[in-house]
Amino acid sequence: MKTAVIVFPASNCDRDIAVALEQATGTAPEMVWHGQTELPDADFYALPGGFSYGDYLRAGAMAAKSPIMRAVIDKAKAGAPLIGVCNGFQILCETGLLPGALMRNAGLDFVCGDVTLRVDNDQSIFTRGYAKGDYVNFPVAHHDGNYFADDETLDRLEGEGRVALRYVDNPNGSARDIAGLLNDAGNVMGLMPHPERVISPLLGGADGAAFFKGVIEAVS
Amino acid sequence: MKAKITITLKNGVLDPQGAAIENALAGLGFDGAAGVRQGKVIELKLAETDEGAARAKVEEMCQKLLANPVMENYAIEILA
Repeated sequence: MKTAVIVFPASNCDRDIAVALEQATGTAPEMVWHGQTELPDADFYALPGGFSYGDYLRAGAMAAKSPIMRAVIDKAKAGAPLIGVCNGFQILCETGLLPGALMRNAGLDFVCGDVTLRVDNDQSIFTRGYAKGDYVNFPVAHHDGNYFADDETLDRLEGEGRVALRYVDNPNGSARDIAGLLNDAGNVMGLMPHPERVISPLLGGADGAAFFKGVIEAVS
Repeated sequence: MKAKITITLKNGVLDPQGAAIENALAGLGFDGAAGVRQGKVIELKLAETDEGAARAKVEEMCQKLLANPVMENYAIEILA
C-alpha cells in the first residue's frame, strides 16, 4: 500500500494527513513537492489543507495550475483515488475535478472549531467506514468554505448521492449544508472539515480514524 | 499594450464582503448606498501590438486562471 501527499507552498496540514495515512497503512506516504511534474505510482493521493500560495487570487487557484497538478488531474481522471481536504477541496474545485466553488464564508469570519457532520452516503470508498445517518465530529478551520454551485448542479449532486457529508449546524453558508462532495466516478472527494486532525483520542477526537481506515481498506 | 481586467461576482452570488461594506457605509451616515458589490481589478502589460490578438490572449488568461467562471464575470479593457 503506497500513498502520496502533494505539498504546496503554505500547505499546513500535509504532516497531519501524512500521520493519518501512516496510521491507516503502516507506511509513511511519499511527500511530493508541487514543482515536480511526475507523480509516483500510489494507491491513494491526498491534497492537504493549508493556504497554498497565500490564497492569492482565489483560494486554491494558483495551486490548481501548479506543475504537479497536471499529473494529479490525469491520475484522477484515470480513476486513481484522490482526496482534497480544506484547501485541497478548494484546489479540486479550481481544477474542475469537482463542480462548484468555495467562496468567502457567509458570515465573513474565519471559522475554527469542531463541527458535527451527518453521513449522507456510506457507499463511497471514502465514507464506507461509517453508516448512513451517522454523526461525526471533525474540526474546521477556514475562511473560504462556503460551497456554491447553481441550483441545477446542486439538484444533480443530491440526486446522484454525491453529497457525502453535510453540516448539522452550517458554519459557513454552504449551499444545501454541503461539507463533503464526491465526483461522478466516486474516486475523488473534497471536504472542508479535517478528518486527519481527529485520528486519536490524544488529539481530542478519533472520529476521523474510521475515515482513513475505511478508504485505505477500499483501495488496498 | 496594456490590459485591465475587472472581475466581479455574478449576479445572485452572495457577496458577504460587499454586504459588510454596505453596512459600514450606512454606519458612517451614507444613507441610500445600496447594492454594494466587491470585485477585483488586474492590470498587466502585453507583448502583442494588435488589439484583437491582445484581447484574445487576455480572454484565455481569464478562462484559465484570472476568473472562476462558476461564480465570477470579467470585463476586459485593452489600453494602448
